[in-house]
Amino acid sequence: MSLYLELKKDKPAMLGIVIIIFFGSIAVFAPYIVPHDPLELNLEERLLSPTVDHPMGTDNLGRDVLSRVIYGTRVSLSMSVAVVTVVMVLGITIGTAAGYFGGLVDDVIMRVVDVLLAFPSIILALVIAGLLGPSLTNVMIALGAIWWVSYSRIVRGSVLSIKEKEFVEAARAMGCSDVYIVRRHILPNVLSPVIVLATLDMGHIILSIAALSFLGLGAQPPVPEWGTMLNEGRPFMETAPHLMIFPGLMIMITVLAFNFLGDGLRDALDPRMKEGAIK
Amino acid sequence: MKKFIARRLAIAVIVMLGASLLSFLLLYLAPGNPAHAILTAQLGHDPSLEEVAFFMAKHDLNNPFLVQCSQWLYMITHVNLGMSFRTGEPVLVEFIDRFPATFELASASMLIAVLIAIPVGILSALKQNSMLDHISRLVSLLGVSMPNFWLGLLLILFFSLKLGWFPCFGYGTLSHLVLPAITLGTGLAAPLMRLMRASMLEVLRQDYIRTARSKGLSEQVVMWKHGFKNALIPVITHMGMQIGHLLAGAVIVETIFAWPGVGKFLVDAIYARDYPVIQGFVLIIALFFVLSNLAVDILYTYLDPRIRYDVENGK
Repeated sequence: MSLYLELKKDKPAMLGIVIIIFFGSIAVFAPYIVPHDPLELNLEERLLSPTVDHPMGTDNLGRDVLSRVIYGTRVSLSMSVAVVTVVMVLGITIGTAAGYFGGLVDDVIMRVVDVLLAFPSIILALVIAGLLGPSLTNVMIALGAIWWVSYSRIVRGSVLSIKEKEFVEAARAMGCSDVYIVRRHILPNVLSPVIVLATLDMGHIILSIAALSFLGLGAQPPVPEWGTMLNEGRPFMETAPHLMIFPGLMIMITVLAFNFLGDGLRDALDPRMKEGAIK
Repeated sequence: MKKFIARRLAIAVIVMLGASLLSFLLLYLAPGNPAHAILTAQLGHDPSLEEVAFFMAKHDLNNPFLVQCSQWLYMITHVNLGMSFRTGEPVLVEFIDRFPATFELASASMLIAVLIAIPVGILSALKQNSMLDHISRLVSLLGVSMPNFWLGLLLILFFSLKLGWFPCFGYGTLSHLVLPAITLGTGLAAPLMRLMRASMLEVLRQDYIRTARSKGLSEQVVMWKHGFKNALIPVITHMGMQIGHLLAGAVIVETIFAWPGVGKFLVDAIYARDYPVIQGFVLIIALFFVLSNLAVDILYTYLDPRIRYDVENGK
């Protein structure tokens, strides 16, 4: 509750929440609000500039850009939520195991983490997605396979400090099992940094999915994904700049909303990180 | 100090070994037969079974896993990354040929980023909560949220197609460099500016700044000698750590602007399933990344004598 009060004072964060809720509802109700079928071809109305009937114009196959952009919120939001969920589960499980058990388990996991961190993440994602073959599922697999690393590091760090606390010692002295201690005492305490990271990462993940799709490795036509739409519209850039502007704007606004919210959450949950303090 | 450097070096070696194993594993585990894909591209039709078998034998693709893996490790320890399936040239030569173009793009971008981020970051911190501060923070947040490739496309749209000031792709003259460098540079500038501002604000709050002021030094001396110099330390670290990310960002920017650098060659290799090139380039980029981070870590201890690494603080 106090978190909500804290956030309520933060105007950018509130704006972020409003935008996210708005786009989220657009994504859910897409089939009921689109003016046209996003996949319907209409060769007589190709590359139209924005009009009343087509507020964002039409693409090279005569499809309505507004309807495609609306369906695009569905693709981008559901994919990035899926990736973030997978990454959180993986990161929390692996990080908790490393921090709680320590010793050899910790050493092995941390060396794997070091090796994965030796690659710029987008390059590794690019290679994995490229090798698995172009598709949305493979982009999700590629991002999931590398993104858990930073989560497991943060979780491990907090588990290491929490497991030394008296209440954990007390629980152990009372004979609680490892599983019980982790679930009741450790997990609730590591969740807040992970949630901040996840919110900030939604933006990065949306950007990565769009970038990989733009390179032709993600969503395949005719799926209305924003990055794919930019890639498809590129050859017609000069005559139909609207194909370039709207999908890109959507990506930017969505990512901006998550960044606003992420910054706000970070300030609210960790006052030391506030304005001016070094990140 | 020596102990710290030795320890960091040892970890770097382990990580590099792991990275080379990983780059091998990635391609070994990849689905699909590379021979088939490459022959199809070369011949223009589906290859026969004999042709595929011949190709696999020629490139040692039939050997068992451990043999292939040790062959790979043997090769890289002898500075040999194999031959490109497509061009037939050694992978290392391909990399060295293309590196200057990427280096040019990366340094120009870094320069643009520094020229924007540091002055704006400092001004923003000195005039905290002013109009300028609000605008620059909003712009930097927009910069972080904007897809890099989209910015590149917009720049092409306005500055080369509409205004005709710069060529929209290619390589060679200074005017070819402008748009790609701005695209990559602004992406770097946004987080750098936020960091410069935060770091300056933090430093200005320190006791030694109050001491400097109270002993009557002029505001100029306080700001530049005591403030700016100390605030720069985390910014330099961040820039060092960005070197690897610059290479990664170059991949997309080079592809958009048909810039003949390392990144574009890697993307083309991925499309064509040119395994030795993918493996080799990924490995070199990782080594680059590890070494630049190592260099930053070591440099850091010289820049900021307060940091001591010989004290192992927990684990």
